[in-house]
Amino acid sequence: MKQSFPTITKIKNFFIEIGELTYFSNRFFKELFSTPFEFKELLRQCYYVGNKSLGLVLITGFIIGLVLTIQTRPTLEQFGAEAWMPSMVSISLIREIGPIITALICAGRIGSGIGAELGSMRVTEQIDAMEVSGTNPFKYLVVTRILATTLMIPILVIFGDAMGLLGSFIIENLKGDVSFFLYFDKVFHAIEFSDVLPATIKTFFFGYAIGLVGCYKGYYCNKGTVGVGVAANSAVVYASMLLFIIDFIAVFITDIFI
Amino acid sequence: MIDVKKKPILEIKNLNKKFGDNQVLNGFNLELFEGENLVVMGKSGSGKSVMIKCLVGLIEPDSGSIKVMGKELTNLNQSQFDNLRTEIGFLFQGSALYDSMTVRENLEFPLRRHINRFKSHTNTKTLVEEALTNVGLLHAIDLMPSELSGGMKRRVAIARTLILKPKIILYDEPTSGLDPITSKEIIQLMVNIQEQHKTSSIIITHDVDCARVIANRMILLINGKNYIEGSYTDLNKSSDEKVKAFFK
Repeated sequence: MKQSFPTITKIKNFFIEIGELTYFSNRFFKELFSTPFEFKELLRQCYYVGNKSLGLVLITGFIIGLVLTIQTRPTLEQFGAEAWMPSMVSISLIREIGPIITALICAGRIGSGIGAELGSMRVTEQIDAMEVSGTNPFKYLVVTRILATTLMIPILVIFGDAMGLLGSFIIENLKGDVSFFLYFDKVFHAIEFSDVLPATIKTFFFGYAIGLVGCYKGYYCNKGTVGVGVAANSAVVYASMLLFIIDFIAVFITDIFI
Repeated sequence: MIDVKKKPILEIKNLNKKFGDNQVLNGFNLELFEGENLVVMGKSGSGKSVMIKCLVGLIEPDSGSIKVMGKELTNLNQSQFDNLRTEIGFLFQGSALYDSMTVRENLEFPLRRHINRFKSHTNTKTLVEEALTNVGLLHAIDLMPSELSGGMKRRVAIARTLILKPKIILYDEPTSGLDPITSKEIIQLMVNIQEQHKTSSIIITHDVDCARVIANRMILLINGKNYIEGSYTDLNKSSDEKVKAFFK
């Protein structure tokens, strides 16, 4: 009987955490529409999330495009279907691989960064100092960061997708002697509005999830330097898990309606 | 000696706070008078920091009454409480400077929301420079907190505390972690602030030298209760073993 207690506690803690995250999310929406708006800090966070992650997203997207094309080409060649390569790569990149890989990279880079930054601010009483000066730290620190990730992740995904297609084109050009215009003509013929729209919408949710989990873990970080490490680490783990759940729900809904 | 007018600006009555099974504050009472420097001493874990955090709403007490300038804290809404907070400066033990901001930005931060407290012709730049001049650190205005020494950080934190011109200042271990010379400079700075701005202060400290220089009155906190109250001289002369232990 005693052995079941830790399991029950873990389950209980899990549901408590879900409840707290939901409350945190509600508070975000409540504070989002209340004045004063922190535009300057929002812009700073957008710059941090967007510009500072751009290089990593571009390189990763480019390599994924290269690898996907190199790995897939032999199979398509066996069926004499190399001409389908631009269509196949573009649809798989834009619908699924681009958004999820970019979001996972950002969960690792941005989510952990937010978790560690806010966690360290909590531990060194900087958040308390904001509160006692009569300023709302939730609005200044949390709302701006969640909004920045929600707005910037979709843009990063677009750049990642574009670089993936460029990488794929380079391999096609080297191995199949396909021109730039021919390749991208095939790409744009293959992609439909129904591929782009759901994929773009879900990236907003990805961004929101990364910002939400990072801020939640950092804002309620336990005292001590260990707490900061745990906040950064669990921000990545929880955000990555949440990304796959959102992705599954998005694909499921898209499948029903489109 | 500072002339203390007998009018309480802050009153705590029967304050209780429990963390799990640990009763940290157990019916604590305090009155802070206008222009007074009140030193609260006690062992680590005796509830001193918890008590001053209750005063600014960082910790919610289980029961008891806290009145600041005649206003009962529990009756205030968030906006009223935020406005009242600007009347209370809080110096954190570790300075708590915002490490992603320069010294200037650290001081500007509280002003962003509360600049309307000042006359319309007063600008942020003037207030920041004035506050830094008061603590002798105008030259460090564009430095980052990581470029400052421990003593400089504490001075900047005092400047940030002063910038909204509070009527009450709460100091949480103002000299902890500082060398004796820097500690003396910080203590002198606190005395100067009191004389210039006529503030009332609660100082949480273990530093007997600090208490000797600055205290108009002292409270010894033991097991979450007021154990003894009096001037530095009274407590220093006490024959009570628990009191004597602090002055050895």
